[in-house]
Amino acid sequence: MPILEIKNAELSIDNKKILKGLSLSVNEGETHAIMGPNGSGKSTLSYMLAGRDGYELDNGSITFDNIDLTLLSPDERSNLGLFLAFQYPVELPGVSSTNFLREIFNSRKKYLGENELSHLDFIKYLRKVAENLSIKDEMLKRYVNFGFSGGEKKRFEILQMALLNPKISVLDETDSGLDVDALKIVSEGVNNLKDKKNAVVVITHYQRLLDYIKPDIVHIMSDGKIIKSGDADLALYVEKNGYSEILNEKS
Amino acid sequence: MVATTETINQVKTTTDKYKYGFSTEIEVDKAPKGLNEDIIRFISQKKDEPKWMLDWRLEAFKKWKRMEKPNWAKVSFPDIDFQDIYYYAAPKSKKKLNSLDEVDPELLKTYEKLGIPLNEQKMLAGVAVDAVFDSVSVATTFREKLSEVGVIFCPISEAIINHPDLVKKYIGSVVPVTDNYYTALNSAVFTDGSFVYIPKGVKCPMELSTYFRINEKNTGQFERTLIIAEDEGYVSYLEGCTAPQRDENQLHAAVVELVAMNKSQIKYSTVQNWYPGDEKGKGGIYNFVTKRGKCLGENSKISWTQVETGSSITWKYPSCILMGDNSIGEFYSVAITNNAQQADTGTKMIHIGKNTKSTIISKGISAGKSQNTYRGQVQIQKSAYNARNFTQCDSLLIGDTCSAHTVPYINQHVSNAKVEHEATTSKISEEQLFYCMQRGLDAEQATSMIVNGFCKEVMKELPMEFAVEAQKLIGISLEGSVG
Ligand SMILES: Nc1ncnc2c1ncn2[C@@H]1O[C@H](COP(=O)(O)OP(=O)(O)OP(=O)(O)O)[C@@H](O)[C@H]1O
Ligand SMILES: [Mg+2]
Repeated sequence: MPILEIKNAELSIDNKKILKGLSLSVNEGETHAIMGPNGSGKSTLSYMLAGRDGYELDNGSITFDNIDLTLLSPDERSNLGLFLAFQYPVELPGVSSTNFLREIFNSRKKYLGENELSHLDFIKYLRKVAENLSIKDEMLKRYVNFGFSGGEKKRFEILQMALLNPKISVLDETDSGLDVDALKIVSEGVNNLKDKKNAVVVITHYQRLLDYIKPDIVHIMSDGKIIKSGDADLALYVEKNGYSEILNEKS
Repeated sequence: MVATTETINQVKTTTDKYKYGFSTEIEVDKAPKGLNEDIIRFISQKKDEPKWMLDWRLEAFKKWKRMEKPNWAKVSFPDIDFQDIYYYAAPKSKKKLNSLDEVDPELLKTYEKLGIPLNEQKMLAGVAVDAVFDSVSVATTFREKLSEVGVIFCPISEAIINHPDLVKKYIGSVVPVTDNYYTALNSAVFTDGSFVYIPKGVKCPMELSTYFRINEKNTGQFERTLIIAEDEGYVSYLEGCTAPQRDENQLHAAVVELVAMNKSQIKYSTVQNWYPGDEKGKGGIYNFVTKRGKCLGENSKISWTQVETGSSITWKYPSCILMGDNSIGEFYSVAITNNAQQADTGTKMIHIGKNTKSTIISKGISAGKSQNTYRGQVQIQKSAYNARNFTQCDSLLIGDTCSAHTVPYINQHVSNAKVEHEATTSKISEEQLFYCMQRGLDAEQATSMIVNGFCKEVMKELPMEFAVEAQKLIGISLEGSVG
């Protein structure tokens, strides 16, 4: 059963068409990878899914667990279990990371009708989760993403994913900026969260990540559409030959 | 003479928006409306004041009558009819109270509802409270414990009787009677407020706090606070304020004076949450306040921290006169305006002594159709060899209909002094809001989070117990400003 179903999505920004009839269907338990040249609309797709202001559909539909997503605000979509790891995580000066994490964690618990954790219990839990991602205590004392290195920002995104335990996660170039060891740690983190009930969509430029996070389906996106889908071998092919042949095939 | 009736419904509907908007049904003693010498005599007599105090008041009244209302602030409001105000309203109590147990249960309930239990057992450990209800102080907690170390913490009306020498010496010594229109008015009609005296070498063992509440209709609150720290004394003092939700505007014109001797330190924090009026600007408190501290001694320090979220109009400039060599003045401010609120606030740092230092951090947040002005003056006088000032003013705008203004005045008469001023204006970023909301926070939680982050440098100056309250307050006062 598909968790996420995008049909013929069209979207423009400043009167410029960016998504031009994109369709994608993701089932429970699956891992998808989306690859594609710079500017093909991958991040735009992720913002559209998350409901960012200005990224409303011109045409087409998105459903999540059979609920029409287009009518929901970003927080409502998040509550349903949609998570986006940003390509460029946003800095929140003055907002302590620990407080931020506690706030989003408890707000999720509240939505699910589960018990919120007290400050102390949360700290204990957070330490454990952070440790698995090799995130130091010191980092949690800093402001959200503020002055974090590129790799630290990406790890912090996955830490949030682990705390929220979403049903579907879209990871937008989470591998970029990570060193070799961090890539392994982060991938393991994502794999540990994976089960039969949830799904992951990774947006990436590099096959390297897919050695760790093994995709069931790989999509090639170009000029606002998915132009080819295949199994994990498709990513290997792209790595070796680049996009040109696939793009030519289409035109 | 009973105040408007409070019903459960009223409390419920008001708590959604302005949580403190209820009023208390209690018998009150009121002077007739209006202002003349007889009213002043009435107030003075109600308080059993000595003659010198009455004379001081009458003198102030004479001067006030000849003064003009200030009009330089960037606020506008209809003319106030000073004859249409009650200058004295007090809960009726049959006799003099000997202990907290004798306080009217209705009053105790009111403060309980405001989150300020006056019962010492239930209180936040380490905070002594003076509760001022309309024109009088109704309870002061932990007085005995404080007096063991020689700290005096009592209503100023009592200090006038029990410690006349101290009051006589310092009242009006920092804020002269004729400093401005409202200080002269306050000097004539002030009804209560707190008095704090920290003897030499004493570090006050707990936070002191005064909680001001305006309850009666058409009543002005004119409180007067005087804090003196002798050599090497230390005190941290906090005031909080609320008022019922009423359609008409009410006047609050307070005077606060601080005096810091050698090596002493006074930390004064305010969480101001007077009723701000409704979305359209109807009702709300006019908060016209003069607060000033004098660093009289060498190496003394005065810090003002304020979180201003309430009032329909705020006109307030907590200031420091840095007389003692090496003395330090600090001003940390968060001013939030929403809907039709207007705030014109800031500080004055007057450097007189050598090596005096001042720091000003001001964070203005405007939403709705509100106006938010920072007005600050840094004055370096000829004697202030090697003085230093650092000012940082940041404004944050939420939406397109509000405005923020920064008006710095710098007068520097010494060449080796150093004055730095930084100012920024930013809008709350869509990107930040989206990021927070993607994590499941709704628009209001997200805004409150970002705004609290923006105010961090100021919030961290607040005593712990109140920082959490203040954080919540910021969220509440911005309700309806986004989404
Ligand atoms: N706010 C905007 N205004 C104008 N054009 C935009 C805006 N946002 C995105 N675009 C354009 O939309 C196209 C798709 O951008 P998008 O960021 O989705 O690409 P991408 O596939 O994620 O690229 P990359 O691999 O570099 O991350 C680009 O041509 C980009 O310039
Ligand atoms: Mg991108």
